[in-house]
Amino acid sequence: MSDDIKKFMFVNTKAPYGTVYALESLEVVLISAAFDQDVSLAFCDDGVFQITKNQNTEGSGMKNFSPAYKALGDYDINKLYVEKESLEERGLTLDNLMDLTYEDEDDDWAEKPSIKLVTRAELADLMDQQDVVISS
Amino acid sequence: MAMLHTVNKSPFERNSLNSCLTKSKEGSTILLIEDAVLGALKGTVIADKLTTAMTTKNIYVLGSDLNTRGFTEADILDGIKVVDYSGFVDLVAEHANVQSWL
Amino acid sequence: MKFTLLINEGPYQHQASDTAYQFAKAAIARGHEIYRVFFYNDGVNNATRLAIPPQDDRNITENWAALAKEHDMDMVVCIAAAQRRGMLDADEAERQGKDAHNIHPAFRISGLGQLVEGGIQSDRLLTFGD
Repeated sequence: MSDDIKKFMFVNTKAPYGTVYALESLEVVLISAAFDQDVSLAFCDDGVFQITKNQNTEGSGMKNFSPAYKALGDYDINKLYVEKESLEERGLTLDNLMDLTYEDEDDDWAEKPSIKLVTRAELADLMDQQDVVISS
Repeated sequence: MAMLHTVNKSPFERNSLNSCLTKSKEGSTILLIEDAVLGALKGTVIADKLTTAMTTKNIYVLGSDLNTRGFTEADILDGIKVVDYSGFVDLVAEHANVQSWL
Repeated sequence: MKFTLLINEGPYQHQASDTAYQFAKAAIARGHEIYRVFFYNDGVNNATRLAIPPQDDRNITENWAALAKEHDMDMVVCIAAAQRRGMLDADEAERQGKDAHNIHPAFRISGLGQLVEGGIQSDRLLTFGD
């Protein structure tokens, strides 16, 4: 059992900054990269706000941790599922989100998007297939 | 084996039960714990939504959280089953995986 | 079965720690093993050795400590979350030049890797939070 790769999904449902969950969840994700598991992230409900562009925290004094999402690709974490309906309900499109990419070693290191837009139903399927779901 | 979903916040306070309902597949199980047990009461604005959900999913409520808040099995929607913590453990063991909606 | 429990909230503020504790007790009674209890976010505050809750109420930290002792449970407090919130054991306090430490001896401080490892080694991982 311990040699089998498990599917880990980190589900993000909360907006960043109002609570700490987005930041501390990302810290777990980055650590998980060292364990060679099949890691993916899901952004739904207010979680979609975690990866919006132009986060400027100067006035609030909060730490802007959004650049850390850009590092995920370098750690082989390149499945960031964003729920389409959650974006639409919040008046957002893919254009509002950061350009998160990874280099595909199986395709001559071509740069590809890590964000995968999925419907609610597709996300339900993905969640159902996971071994470990860590929610925040 | 299906997934077990737990929901712990009241649906009148937060969207998490709704999110769970939209992202849990047919045949899955939903367990309401802590403040979410309030969503199981008869005659609420979400009663119809839960009754419909019950046609394709199994819905349970943690009895001790219901009692703690002053309610009993008689107060909840028909079709929602009550379990204790042992039942909670069994549900986790019987399902392939578990997801918490917070 | 082996369970790893993730607790993301502090004692009393949310029911998370209580629910997790009751679950742990029931799981053990059903013959299962609690592989690890991992305290993250404000959950690290469950590990304080300085709490003085009212006499007529449950003592959440001591409940966890007693259960852990009886069943040899591994209770881990995330070091990053703990440092942020001022939860230090004696070694950390000395290392960081602080004049006090406040972690109950039933808990050990370690890294987030212990959470991931718990997920890998256990049959089920549950999150208790807000």
